Amino acid sequence: MPHDIIVHGIEWTVKELFVYPNEYIYWSIQIVMYPYMTGLVAGAFVLSSLYHVFGLKQLKEIAQFSLVFSLALLPVAALPLLLHLQQPTRAMEPLLTPHFTSAIAAFGIVFTAYALIVLSEIWFVYRKYFVEQVHALKNKQGLSNAMSRLVYRALTIGAYDVSDDAIRVDKKAATVLAAIGIPVACFLHGYAGFIFGSVKANALWMSPLMPVIFIMSAVVSGIALCMLTYIIIREWQAFRSRRHGGLLEAKEIKGAELDVIDTAARYLLGFLVAAISLEMLDLIFRGYTAMKSWDILRSVMYGKDFMNIFLLQYTLGNLVPFVLLLLPGRTLKRTVLALLLVLFGVFMMRWNVVIGGQAFSLSFSGYMHYEIPIIPHSVETFKEGVFGALTVISVPFILFWIINKFVPSLQREASGE
Amino acid sequence: MTCSRRDFLKDAVGGTLATVMPLSAFTFLSTAEARTAVEESKVRWAFLVDTNKCVGCGLCVKACKNENEIPYDAEVTRTWVERYVITKDGKTHIDSPMGGRDGFTSMEVDGEEIDPDNIEKAFFVPKLCNQCDNPACVQVCPVGATYQTNDGVVLVDRDWCIGCGYCIMACPYGVRFFHPVHKVADKCNFCYHRISKGMEPACVECCSFGARRIANLKDPDDPVTKIITTERVAVLKDEYGTKPHVFYLGLDANVR
Repeated sequence: MPHDIIVHGIEWTVKELFVYPNEYIYWSIQIVMYPYMTGLVAGAFVLSSLYHVFGLKQLKEIAQFSLVFSLALLPVAALPLLLHLQQPTRAMEPLLTPHFTSAIAAFGIVFTAYALIVLSEIWFVYRKYFVEQVHALKNKQGLSNAMSRLVYRALTIGAYDVSDDAIRVDKKAATVLAAIGIPVACFLHGYAGFIFGSVKANALWMSPLMPVIFIMSAVVSGIALCMLTYIIIREWQAFRSRRHGGLLEAKEIKGAELDVIDTAARYLLGFLVAAISLEMLDLIFRGYTAMKSWDILRSVMYGKDFMNIFLLQYTLGNLVPFVLLLLPGRTLKRTVLALLLVLFGVFMMRWNVVIGGQAFSLSFSGYMHYEIPIIPHSVETFKEGVFGALTVISVPFILFWIINKFVPSLQREASGE
Repeated sequence: MTCSRRDFLKDAVGGTLATVMPLSAFTFLSTAEARTAVEESKVRWAFLVDTNKCVGCGLCVKACKNENEIPYDAEVTRTWVERYVITKDGKTHIDSPMGGRDGFTSMEVDGEEIDPDNIEKAFFVPKLCNQCDNPACVQVCPVGATYQTNDGVVLVDRDWCIGCGYCIMACPYGVRFFHPVHKVADKCNFCYHRISKGMEPACVECCSFGARRIANLKDPDDPVTKIITTERVAVLKDEYGTKPHVFYLGLDANVR
């Protein structure tokens, strides 16, 4: 066989017993990353809305950060899909000729709508800051100041009115957008759940609970990532200013505030309980009804994937952090550990759904194992391997670093509120 | 109302453009195209597999691969043959090495040596796309690149498929795969290029045993249609509600 003819999926699929000839793990690591990243976006936004809509003042600081962070995460929700497509140059076709009976036809529309909401909410929150920067940079010398001023001028879109009335309107608009944003964020992610839940050919995926489970675990992972990033950045700032003797201004060296973390952790636990309850309900229901597919599902869940599902996901990713967060006398270090485990647990949940759903043959008579490519030897094995996933994970942090240069979500005084 | 010459010309040009430009988005269909689009087809393609006649020679798989330019040694195929061996202990052993392309010459089924004296029954089952009446693959395609013709066959537009793999996931029969050269979804289409010109699909033509036959369900005089309508036929996995149109004679309960 010529070298350039390689069947998609053959490089990472190991078959056992009888599997139909055309069956491979077609949806691999990037499709694990897709709901994972989308979930982080949705969760981050929900966390920021807890302050903007429901007025939870304790969350103000982390809410500003979460809002901007959700913008940094946003492009990365679409990136795995792009990397996964066999014809990435045709990625715009779902917008050109959407075939609406398909659960993924509207992805571009929902995604764009959501992006517009996040962008405009950030604009309303930070408009006053943009205007202030334009004025502050006016008399400063140097090319970089001139460039920054140009960027800020563009960011104001010509709206320089910062009277009390105008700011009040801004604030109201941000609240309204945040309120609209919650259902849209949930839709964006519940929709990812529907993409899987509606595949009737797949015995593991097909469940009406799938979208709800996805939303709950999305909020869990989003809150966890925002808390984690917030703690790390704050502690890093405090650490740096201690070492170099006041590099940063006094108001910024407070470090992560424990009451912010406490409040966020409470919401995290609430959503975690909801997510686990729904997953358990799904599992019990499958076992109790014991449809035709149950034999093979059971052998996958309690046999081949036992380690992944019950040890890594439920125990290490759910139970352990649950206990860590609930036990009294919680320290920042313990919180960080718990958050890392929560993030890992949600990742394993996505993994167990996407890869686990392809772990058995449609014939119910055989199994497929996914051997994730580690060292890539082609574009395909890069995209659908460890390094492809790492690329996807690292992009939001790079984006956040860039966005945060102009929209300082971590400066306590920057937002217009 | 006053109207200067200048205004008149401006409005005239604008009006013409406004009328012509949207119209140019429409294309004119040929008479034949228009007729097929409007009229109900006189054809509904279906397939009949007689499992009693299949000997597992694999000639159909060979013919299909060559006819449809599926790379010969690539481990994907539009049609395949499964071997079922049910031993006296009640166990079902199934295999389909290279889709059964080279026949079944080994007593080893999926790595397990079978003792001939221990066999209760054994048979072959050819598989291909079921050209469902309610195709899950067409439903889930986000861009409409896979579609059902009005004579029942589901086709893939290679120039429009984005390669997301959703259709592959949606098909309960596992007939779809990514074409290793074109990098788009691919599957059996009953050799549409042949049947629409009055020829038989490659697998049907080369089957020396008459195990594979094509039928036009809308033609009551079609001999194969007569078998489908008058004899006891079965379909695969009807619990998915896809309304498959590949009918089987002598289908065993062990067939997956």
